[in-house]
Amino acid sequence: MKVLVPVKRVVDSNIKPLVKSDNSGVETDGLKMSMNPFDETAVEEAVRLKEQNIVSEIVAVSIGEAKCQDTLRTAMAMGAYRSILITSDELLEPLSIAKILQKIVEKEQPNLVLMGKQASDDDTNATGQILAGLLGWSQGTFVSKLELTSDKARVHREIDEGVQILDLTLPAVITTDLRLNEPRFASLPNIMKARKKPIETIALSDMDIKTTTRLEMLSVKEASTSREGIILNSVEELVEKLQNEAKVI
Amino acid sequence: MTALVLLSYEENQIRSTSRSTIAAAKKFGEVHALLVGHNLSELSQKAAKLEGVTKVLVADHEAYAHMLAQPVTDLILSIAETYDYILVSANAEGKDILPRVAGLLDVQPITDVVEVVNENTFVRPIYAGSILATVKSSDNKKLLSIRGTAFEPVSDEGGQASIEALSKVAHSEKALAQFVSVEVTKSDRPELESARVIISGGRGMQSGANFAMLEKIADILDAAIGASRAAVDAGYVGNDYQVGQTGKIVAPQLYIAVGISGAIQHLAGMKDSKIIVAINKDPDAPIFKVADYGIIGDLFEILPQLENRLANR
Ligand SMILES: Cc1cc2nc3c(=O)[nH]c(=O)nc-3n(C[C@H](O)[C@H](O)[C@H](O)COP(=O)(O)OP(=O)(O)OC[C@H]3O[C@@H](n4cnc5c(N)ncnc54)[C@H](O)[C@@H]3O)c2cc1C
Repeated sequence: MKVLVPVKRVVDSNIKPLVKSDNSGVETDGLKMSMNPFDETAVEEAVRLKEQNIVSEIVAVSIGEAKCQDTLRTAMAMGAYRSILITSDELLEPLSIAKILQKIVEKEQPNLVLMGKQASDDDTNATGQILAGLLGWSQGTFVSKLELTSDKARVHREIDEGVQILDLTLPAVITTDLRLNEPRFASLPNIMKARKKPIETIALSDMDIKTTTRLEMLSVKEASTSREGIILNSVEELVEKLQNEAKVI
Repeated sequence: MTALVLLSYEENQIRSTSRSTIAAAKKFGEVHALLVGHNLSELSQKAAKLEGVTKVLVADHEAYAHMLAQPVTDLILSIAETYDYILVSANAEGKDILPRVAGLLDVQPITDVVEVVNENTFVRPIYAGSILATVKSSDNKKLLSIRGTAFEPVSDEGGQASIEALSKVAHSEKALAQFVSVEVTKSDRPELESARVIISGGRGMQSGANFAMLEKIADILDAAIGASRAAVDAGYVGNDYQVGQTGKIVAPQLYIAVGISGAIQHLAGMKDSKIIVAINKDPDAPIFKVADYGIIGDLFEILPQLENRLANR
């Protein structure tokens, strides 16, 4: 079985980026970039399935500027066999990304696309579902447990009231929740090995896909979080404040 | 302009988040509600009473029983043409279905909308809610998922919508996914998204058994119980308790965070609560920066005192 794993290069999720002084966008220059944590989970799951001999080949794919190579190298150090990089300097939306991935799926013919449920930068949570729709494939979103056999995938999905279990006909698109697994750190020998693994580079301009932007970012602003809080010395004081000052109990 | 709202419900109750979605949809014009599922007669009556809804479309069929993305998408596509806006709640169900519909309509969906600026401009959070982006859509049809906490829900009475049965049925032989089972956390407590008070536990709780201390307080305050991701990952409670970037988004009148450090991904889910209380033994824990009231100390000492005080007030 062949698995395609799309990976996105994002601002490291431990860093809180700042808004540009003219509010036109988010300042990402000079910040540490990493693989989207949800995609890391997807790579890890693919690698585990390979180690169990259920999956035979893992192909990682990334879309964006040339530096996405680093993200692909990380995926290959974790265990992906080879990579595809689609280069573009445009800011691409989930709809465009899904259209590009659709082309890659048609070329690579995987049985499964395993990808993060959302990206930790734009938090859209849409690309996998759009891709499944475009391909006419089954979809299993927000998956925290996966059992894969040659013709079907049993997925445990995190839903609002608990967990839902579905059997998906393959081929399928599966989007991962962080709870699916604990991604490994690539070992030094594997990082060295990954340097020699092949990356096929395709320019988006050669792909004949319309990627016109539908959502124009007009402005951004910081969301307010901090409050002028007070530290209280006793539970008595707290209950008194909640009752008489805040009036919430 | 007409907007279609996909209703979300649980056990014959329309979720409050759907009533918030209707509130957002009303800004665009006439609102029709779509009710999808099986054995919907009671729910259809309730849907028809929703304030601001003029028509309820009902698709009642076994194939829709579990709101699976593929059949529901096909159904929405069959009626999408007449609508300028299609809205869902930004909950697990809505997030599953909306983008699939959007892809097939060649529309870029706008997820987690917290503000409608005008007919084509919306505000949505990015970077775990630390930044708010204002975006303008050039798509002819707008597909939106609405964050329930950001819109005051419409009333569940007063409406007099007509009810229309949809004849289109999903073909189960073409189904790409089969429902196997669902594990639902049974609880008599209010649901997290609409609770007035929430008490949440984090890694500091040390075990699932210790959540009993939170339950006793929740009983007194008629509160829902939430958790941080660390507490869910450690198996203290189920995933449906998780509050945050990848969990539920809540904004109760009172949110009590116990043994939670206040990571940005947790704040993403609760920072819009009216009053925030933090109980933590680490005076430098970031949760204190977003709290209105803080108590520094050992939660195992403070919780019994709090229970006692609340019970005897
Ligand atoms: C992409 C991504 C998405 C994420 N999504 C979410 C999400 O949706 N929700 C979420 O919550 N997290 C999420 N996280 C995880 C988040 O970053 C934190 O790791 C998590 O919130 C920490 O949980 P915690 O505060 O319970 O644990 P910790 O950070 O370990 O904090 C435990 C706290 O308990 C206190 N404590 C310990 N013992 C006691 C005691 N006896 N008395 C009083 N206080 C005590 C400690 O001082 C500490 O502050 C996400 C992370 C990533 C990378």
